[in-house]
Amino acid sequence: MTRVSVRKTYKLYIGGAFPRSESGRTFEAESQNVARASRKDARDAVRAARAAFPVWAGMTAYNRGQILYRLAEMMEARSSDLERACSGRGEVEAAIDRVVWYAGWADKLAQVLGSSNPVAGPYFDFTVPEPMGVVAVLAPGEPPLGGLISRVAPAIVGGNAAVVVASETHPVAAIEFAEALATSDLPAGTVNILTGFRDELAPWLAGHMDVNAIDLTGADGGSTELEQLAAENVKRVVRSSADAQSPWEISAFLELKTVWHPIGL
Amino acid sequence: MAQVEKRESSAPAPAPLEWEYAPAPEARDVVQLEERYGLFVGGEIVQPQTGEWFASISPSTEETLFEVALAGEADVDGAVGAARDAYENGWSGLAPSERAKYLFRIARILQERSRELAVAESLDGGKPIRESRDVDIPLAAAHFFYYAGWADKLEYAFPNRTPEPLGVAAQIIPWNFPLLMLAWKIAPALACGNTVVLKPAETTPLTAMIFADVCRQAELPPGVVNLVTGDGTTGAHLVRHDGIDKLAFTGSTEVGKLIMRELAGRDVRLTLELGGKAANIVFDDAALDQAVEGIVNGIYFNQGHVCCAGSRLLVQESIYEPLLEKLKRRLSTLRVGDPLDKNTDVGAINSKAQLEKIRELVASGEDEGAEIFQPECELPERGYWFVPTLFTNVAQSYRIAQEEIFGPVLSVLTFRTPEEAIEKANNTPYGLSAGVWTEKGSRILWMVERLRAGVVWANTFNRFDPTSPFGGYRESGFGREGGRHGLEPYLRLE
Amino acid sequence: MPDYTRRVAKAPALVGGFVLPSGPRLPRVGSVDAVALEERAATLAKRSIKRESKVQALRLAVRMMDLTTLEGQDTPGKVAALCSKAIRPDPVDRSVPSVAAVCVYPSLAGVAKERLAGSGVRVASVATAFPSGQSPVEIKIAETRAVVELGADEVDMVIDRGAFLSGRYAKVYDEIVRVKEVCGDAHLKVILETGELGTYDNVRRASLIAIAAGADFIKTSTGKINPAATLPVTLCMMEVVRDVYAETGRMVGIKPAGGIRVSKQAVQYLVVLYETLGREWMTPDLFRFGASSLLNDVLMQLRKEKTGLYQSGDYFTID
Repeated sequence: MTRVSVRKTYKLYIGGAFPRSESGRTFEAESQNVARASRKDARDAVRAARAAFPVWAGMTAYNRGQILYRLAEMMEARSSDLERACSGRGEVEAAIDRVVWYAGWADKLAQVLGSSNPVAGPYFDFTVPEPMGVVAVLAPGEPPLGGLISRVAPAIVGGNAAVVVASETHPVAAIEFAEALATSDLPAGTVNILTGFRDELAPWLAGHMDVNAIDLTGADGGSTELEQLAAENVKRVVRSSADAQSPWEISAFLELKTVWHPIGL
Repeated sequence: MAQVEKRESSAPAPAPLEWEYAPAPEARDVVQLEERYGLFVGGEIVQPQTGEWFASISPSTEETLFEVALAGEADVDGAVGAARDAYENGWSGLAPSERAKYLFRIARILQERSRELAVAESLDGGKPIRESRDVDIPLAAAHFFYYAGWADKLEYAFPNRTPEPLGVAAQIIPWNFPLLMLAWKIAPALACGNTVVLKPAETTPLTAMIFADVCRQAELPPGVVNLVTGDGTTGAHLVRHDGIDKLAFTGSTEVGKLIMRELAGRDVRLTLELGGKAANIVFDDAALDQAVEGIVNGIYFNQGHVCCAGSRLLVQESIYEPLLEKLKRRLSTLRVGDPLDKNTDVGAINSKAQLEKIRELVASGEDEGAEIFQPECELPERGYWFVPTLFTNVAQSYRIAQEEIFGPVLSVLTFRTPEEAIEKANNTPYGLSAGVWTEKGSRILWMVERLRAGVVWANTFNRFDPTSPFGGYRESGFGREGGRHGLEPYLRLE
Repeated sequence: MPDYTRRVAKAPALVGGFVLPSGPRLPRVGSVDAVALEERAATLAKRSIKRESKVQALRLAVRMMDLTTLEGQDTPGKVAALCSKAIRPDPVDRSVPSVAAVCVYPSLAGVAKERLAGSGVRVASVATAFPSGQSPVEIKIAETRAVVELGADEVDMVIDRGAFLSGRYAKVYDEIVRVKEVCGDAHLKVILETGELGTYDNVRRASLIAIAAGADFIKTSTGKINPAATLPVTLCMMEVVRDVYAETGRMVGIKPAGGIRVSKQAVQYLVVLYETLGREWMTPDLFRFGASSLLNDVLMQLRKEKTGLYQSGDYFTID
């Protein structure tokens, strides 16, 4: 007798939970029914991210690094699921290695990206990188897992919380990845993943007044309207490539704070 | 109450003491004003193709100082073309070490001509000579000196990258620190190998035009620096020009958003340094007399025409009364008047339009129920003046506590606990700067961690240095000017 | 009898001698930021004043001067000469006023009293084991009593810096109180010796202790230690005096001493005084300069303002 398998339902990942879209809609992608997030789901995701931000950013850098490493461990454990959702073993291994690479950056950022500034006067002056807050990420269409990781990892390692719009054509990898996130000790809401139609979701995120930055790497070409919306609250607009890996990918999601104090008796 | 009684003296009783500070005006003749200033394009002073000129008014006397060209679309096009030409045919190919030497030359010439530039700045913009002499001009020279040294060391600033210039940088600067903002913009742009088209502010073009002469004296290759004077339309032409690779803007948040929309979808790198509504937070253990100096410097420096001005004073309730008493007393000693007088603390408001805006907001503060304090103060008959003003009984919701006034107007609010101070300080869309006054080191760092601001001054305020990155969070803009971080906006990191 | 054990909390009575004055409260001790203080002083030092105001300022500086000689080699002859100079600083220009006081060692207070009799110039004597203050308190009290008996109008005492720096503030306070008791009608100037206190915070604290204990003036220095008076340290003390005035209405005098040698410095001190404490303090009753060589420089400046010619020291008597 053949056993009937228990199939997975592909849902959203918001605030550490896996809800269906509040709209009740789904769409078919990669032969699966995938939740089709609405603008209200996007709003809820931003709310979850805003709540998670102080928790995640308030952890020590050492702790954030450990949690991201734990994420890599969880991905490794799910590598066969992830492989099925992307181009295969090579992409998964590269993605896991990239998470490990960024995990190691958490407690080095301030040293590489910050500075102490020798001002001409009796003051101690230093500059430290700080997270921006809530970052919206339009994940690249491809590669399904690699593109997502390349954008999400640098966005969160410095302490930001993210709302990610998954690849429209390859959303399954993002949901599999969400399951790794959910088991990784990452505070709920630090990364939220929306599947659905990018054109429906992106403008709501670009115009959202409580989103501090938007990564348009996945907005192939036509992003003029999104950039105009981003101007509403002077969002930082980030653009890169689906396979970039460097500390400057992280710094694009960081603010710099300069502090002065007199030196005297 | 004196413990010492009057002594009898053989000398006649002394006359009552006259204590007057001398009018100590800086000599104006160090600046040779021309009747008209043309545009600086391709190394030459040229007439505007618009054929239009506008008057530059001295805000302290309302006299017309000179006329300046109004650059139109064709003029802007010519300037961008000259910058492109200079970039491709020479400047980008020049050895970085040679580029550095031009910047060093400029720094030196600025130092040599500092007296002239300081007087010009105060004449044209209304700021006290004490500030243009001790702050604006020396810092402008220091900026060129600092970035000169970076020109041939860029690869050390960004390890494992090959830094490349962007091309033609368009730069638009405000009227509050005319030459200093020019230096903040031009020095890093040139150090990174770009060429520049800069638009000085409508009301303060004079030091930029003297800077054109500085470029000539430095024998800077033609077209590396181009200056287009004009109004908002000139700026708009520059923003819309498809030949620019980079836009750097310092000004209001409102215009910053317009520029951001205008550049949407274009491959133009953008940095914005916009408005602010900084909280200056005083705890009850602060060194009060020095905090008072810092508060005064925070809001009355440069007539409050400072984007990072400490315009919201947050005072811990337990120290509110003595602090306010000290502050009011100190306010009464501020000397408002002739910007060219070395004893002047507060100069003229930069323009009539700005004066009206300040008056309007101050009136709104009174209407909304805040209590106004203005020291007795004799103001000159002509010119644009505003008495240093302090508002108490201000609620967080009042316009004067929310909107950037950009004038010598301080709103005083109170708080009870550090948490409340943070909550109030961060309750604004801006995030440029903040001040914290307390003797407790751990509390300073706790506050620093939580204040959403690009610059936090602890036990000091309004300090600037070329080595120190400056710029905002949130609606105060993005990108940093100063320091190693100030190079990044002018480079492509391959 | 309630069921108390012997270990129930019980506070001891306040330490004897260290009783805070009742009535209007004294300002909190607070603290001082050195960088901002020094910057404020430097900014004020750049003020330029009107020529007429400057002449007035210089004449005022003469009237505020405690003409001082505090040397091991001081003799009655030296003090006598200094007293003549004090009464008539510029024999050529009779419009130049007398100085405020002549400041000498205890053994010469009698000579000074005799020479200054009827002139209106006061006799100030140092006391309390000047300059170190390292003697038993009984000796300090006896010395003070002696100089008052010799005719000193003003007593310049030193605080016990050893006690202050080891945290025995009550001892510092107590000594001032006891010296004050024997001063009688003589005015008490308390020398903090700021050059030995290390920080402006300490200067502020010592100023408050001295004022609380009854100092009529607080004075920066003995002149035996470098640095002596500086503009910022004097500003720091003025701020304390301003706070005391705001809280209690009591007007305390200030005396920078040592290191003020030229007219320009004297004018700078007066600018800082004017900006910090205002016109009310611009009187010898509330402000003094402790100096020796300053007087001739001021006289030369006054002569220069009168004649329009730069002056030479050869035309002014050394004492």
